[in-house]
Amino acid sequence: MLSIRNLKVSIKGKEILKDVNLEVKEGEVHAIMGPNGTGKSTLSYAISGREGYDVEGQIIFKGKNILDLSVEERACEGIFLGFQYPVEIPGVSISNFLRTAMNEQRKYRGLDPISGQEFLAKMEEKKKLLDLPEKLAGRSVNEGFSGGEKKKNEIFQMAMLEPTLSILDETDSGLDIDALRVVATGVNKLRRPDNATIVITHYQRLLDYIVPDFVHVLYDGRIVKSGTKELALELEEKGYEWLKNGI
Amino acid sequence: MAEKRDLVMDVINATNLVQSFSEVFKQQFENTAEDASPFFQNERKKAFQNFEKYGFPQKNMENWRNTDLSKALSENYTLFTSQPDPKLDIDTIFKCNVPHFETLLLSTLNGWYVSNHGALQTLDNGVVYGSMRAAAKEYAPLVEKYFRTALNDSKEGLIHLNTAMMQDGIFIYVPANVSVDKTFQMVSLINTQENVFLNQRNLIILGENSHLRLAQCDESINNGTTFINSVTEIFMDKSSTLDHYKLQNKDDKTTLINSTYFVQQQGSVLNTNAITLNGALVRNYSNVQLLGSHSEANVYGLYLMDKEQHVDNQVFIHHAVPECQSNELFKGVLDDQASAVFNGHILVARDAQQTNAYQTNRNILLTDKAIIDTKPFLEIYADDVKCSHGATIGQLDAEAMFYIRSRGISEASAKIMLMYAFAAEVLNKISIEELRTRMDDMVKKRLRGELSNCEQCVLNCSNKENKKINFAIDMSKI
Repeated sequence: MLSIRNLKVSIKGKEILKDVNLEVKEGEVHAIMGPNGTGKSTLSYAISGREGYDVEGQIIFKGKNILDLSVEERACEGIFLGFQYPVEIPGVSISNFLRTAMNEQRKYRGLDPISGQEFLAKMEEKKKLLDLPEKLAGRSVNEGFSGGEKKKNEIFQMAMLEPTLSILDETDSGLDIDALRVVATGVNKLRRPDNATIVITHYQRLLDYIVPDFVHVLYDGRIVKSGTKELALELEEKGYEWLKNGI
Repeated sequence: MAEKRDLVMDVINATNLVQSFSEVFKQQFENTAEDASPFFQNERKKAFQNFEKYGFPQKNMENWRNTDLSKALSENYTLFTSQPDPKLDIDTIFKCNVPHFETLLLSTLNGWYVSNHGALQTLDNGVVYGSMRAAAKEYAPLVEKYFRTALNDSKEGLIHLNTAMMQDGIFIYVPANVSVDKTFQMVSLINTQENVFLNQRNLIILGENSHLRLAQCDESINNGTTFINSVTEIFMDKSSTLDHYKLQNKDDKTTLINSTYFVQQQGSVLNTNAITLNGALVRNYSNVQLLGSHSEANVYGLYLMDKEQHVDNQVFIHHAVPECQSNELFKGVLDDQASAVFNGHILVARDAQQTNAYQTNRNILLTDKAIIDTKPFLEIYADDVKCSHGATIGQLDAEAMFYIRSRGISEASAKIMLMYAFAAEVLNKISIEELRTRMDDMVKKRLRGELSNCEQCVLNCSNKENKKINFAIDMSKI
């Protein structure tokens, strides 16, 4: 589904990702771990198409090189980014926001806009699935939300937009254990054989709840080690110093 | 139709303009029988002398430094110095395209009150409304008690010109303890082929413990160039409440100078909100005098300008007595070469202890040619006060743009969403829900470039593609 080849990313002349290679297949969950400042968020931005980065190499998504596509086009292709710090948009309700997003994505795919009824039904279904509060959808996007509510809202958006590839950037940061459990349960419920998830995290903690098929360690702009979920436990035990010494 | 007298201004400098007005004044106003009450004769004369003394605004006057009237004052104008045909039915010439809610409509046409064929009306609860000129005759003692007293010693030539040469306008009187249930909607229409200069004068008196909701709409359907010099005096007695909304959607050939004076007595509450969506040159001067303790003034504004449009918001709040509160919030989005001015002057008198006065002006500039001049000015003579001011100028937040686009929403829609989100804070201050919904619609339309007066919207997106934006449905209301 996603194959990243020799990806180099720099911002304002500073090289952040030096040579990243990654293969993600349908149905898989990948975790990307690493100390702060090693380029984890940059990788998520490069995949989702944020402007302001110089990108070299290839990002092939569903057989198509997406490097020339805009942020919104990549979203329409099925890439979703769950933000570490979701942005507040006062005056724009979540339902309005999501319906706009959904219809623009549908237009891109040559589909008719979703009807009001269908949209409402879908919202009800996803709210139930994720066990979200009734009033959520009428509130302005993230405005006045607690850290936990913001992250739940990210997962709700992911549920509504049904992306093929979800990248969750430090979704666990700032969450207490209850909120973490809600978020992780949501992600697990949304797993399907035809979609994939990349979980970016600093701590092993999240991976107790979202069990990855593969774990990669990003260090100094490169993936320096890949393995299965046991690698995360090993990292937790030995710390990133252990890897640094190995390089 | 109306008899009219031409006022030809063939030389562009202000000296000759004053002279032209002087000739018309002598012929039409100085000794006319129409409102020959000694009171008005005297007021007009005094005011004209003041106008001659202060003249038209010049760029070298501090309060006019960033608003240039020279172009507007270099046109030839016509003055409509007599009343339109009283048989005229206003509804046949104008359908307000601001969607209506249940309001009581008070319309002026070219500065003359035309609703109900120009007559004064009285409601069962004692509320009187209608033509200012008619009120000056029928309610002379009341009108003469208040008229021009809010202006103090204004050094503004245009204010005096208005007093000297006012044609007509709207008069509203709400007796004590009356809460008016319907919103009064003042609609100012210009409909003529001529270039028109008009001096409209409104007087609104709220009795003790009364409540009025007032929407003031300025719309143009004029083919010529228009110069509107409108002055409104509003008197709020003890514990009265006024919700006052101005909606300005003028064409690109209109100069609108809108001066509003609010005089507030003890415990009165004013909410005023000026929403400017279009206009070649719009200036809102709000003068708030807090003369009774525990009174409160909330002065808000939103402006969305593009092309060569210019908007100027001047707010002067005088905390004359202790324990009053004022809040100012003005926000604006400027595109193309549009320019805006915000001048917020808060004066706290020596005895006005325990004053709370807050002022905020925030701006988004969409291009590097758009200009904002913002000047907070706090003049504080008391020592036990809480006052703050803040002004920001920025672009659309890049992080927020990325967030919205990452959901598949196009750049153009994302911009509109963010501009709307920015404006929402001011729109949410509108307490009449129906009106808020309408204003909301108008702002969304304005941002999408669908308002009649903006073929090019704030986004520069006159191309068709950008108009297919789905951001119109508010599901939260279903």
